[in-house]
Amino acid sequence: MTATAADVVASVVDPELPMLTLAELGIVREVRQDDEGVLVTITPTYSGCPAMETIRADIRVALRRAGFGQAEVRTVLAPAWTTDWISETGRRKLAEAGIAPPGAAPARPAGPIPLTLGVRTAVACPRCGQPSTEVLAAFGATACRELRRCPACREPFEHVREI
Amino acid sequence: MAFDDAYDALTDHEDDARWAYGTGFSDPLAGVPGDLPDGVDRADLAAYCLMLGDDALILSHRLQQWVTRAPELEDELALANIGLDLLGQARLLLTRAGAAEGRGRDEDELAMHRPPAEFRNVRLAERADDDFAHLVARLCAFSVWRLELLQRLTGSADPMLAAIAAKGVKEVTYHRDYAAQWVVRLGDGTELSHRRMAAAVDALTPLLGELFQPHPVETRLAAAGIAVDPAGLRAAFDDVWAYVLATATLTAPGVAPAVSPAAVLPASSSPAGAPSAASGGRDGAHTPGLVEILDEMQALARSVPGGAW
Repeated sequence: MTATAADVVASVVDPELPMLTLAELGIVREVRQDDEGVLVTITPTYSGCPAMETIRADIRVALRRAGFGQAEVRTVLAPAWTTDWISETGRRKLAEAGIAPPGAAPARPAGPIPLTLGVRTAVACPRCGQPSTEVLAAFGATACRELRRCPACREPFEHVREI
Repeated sequence: MAFDDAYDALTDHEDDARWAYGTGFSDPLAGVPGDLPDGVDRADLAAYCLMLGDDALILSHRLQQWVTRAPELEDELALANIGLDLLGQARLLLTRAGAAEGRGRDEDELAMHRPPAEFRNVRLAERADDDFAHLVARLCAFSVWRLELLQRLTGSADPMLAAIAAKGVKEVTYHRDYAAQWVVRLGDGTELSHRRMAAAVDALTPLLGELFQPHPVETRLAAAGIAVDPAGLRAAFDDVWAYVLATATLTAPGVAPAVSPAAVLPASSSPAGAPSAASGGRDGAHTPGLVEILDEMQALARSVPGGAW
């Protein structure tokens, strides 16, 4: 079996959401392979994502273990990552792990960004399917998650916030 | 590659590029092209990136000071996450400032080895919080202002500033919602919480005028399509701020013009040679709050210069 460099990079798992691969998370922008080595381009989820350097190191190690030798990992900021880039498989895996996947990211037309003073309830419980749940905390264990609770099964769960 | 525990992650020597201060890690841009747009004044661009970067860096540190002190664990997590977002924005902007300046200074050098008078943040960012109401009032005002600024900056002629702004807009939208929801909850809460929220809003009002005073660097770069003229943010800020305060059953005091607090540090020098008429944080004139932050933030880097372990 010969995996391409793109296959190897795609199968590296995210350190903070280890049920997802980098490809399922949607942060791999390009994998280019030539005689010089492999050039990987990724994009951060959040500006302050503390996992970026670990992700870069994990990609280099995975490529070296697969026999690809010299690898360089570059970062691009634009276009900015959106949760819309999490794949269908990724969304299914999140739900299976008890994490409610994000809905569609808010459209960003030019002009004022609406202020949200109320609490958005239209997030379904990943355990029992109850369509309306409540926020316990707007920020969770990582920047990309919030903590919610289901009023039906009473279980707390995490939700990947739409950005 | 996953690690079984954090210790594994730190001691895996196959690739030692683990990120922590002191590991020698640098360059958060990691290969993002550092080219400058044609015709831009390097010194002006560096100064502008420092302004926006220092705003984020200093407020991030103020938020970090609440970790282990917040009233609830959930809010501690929120403040740590917001501080982390701002720190990420600061790292990108300080790295960009160093690249534009072209004197070989990286983000650590700029964050850890500048004296107070060389910081360019607005004074609103450095103020110490008297209580949780002060924290959320300041975070709300700052986020309303920064969101308006970043949203306009997404159209910058500098592609790096535009990209940093586009990421920041998504993050600060959440910061603004979080802070505004707390202002409303406390303002429209008990008689005690209302009184303390009103006191917090009153206390930061004198610091708001500075947010809209254009610095000559901003004026020049705005004319070149690179920066945002902060004077143009005033109307949009007032709309959102007044709406939040009204929902919180608080009155919106008039936004006072910037005034120099009684105790300010002397600005070391004015970058353009001529002192600005209205000297403020953008010119390096700060309150003792900034000194307190830098004493804490820079202590390790200053005591072990270039230390790695």
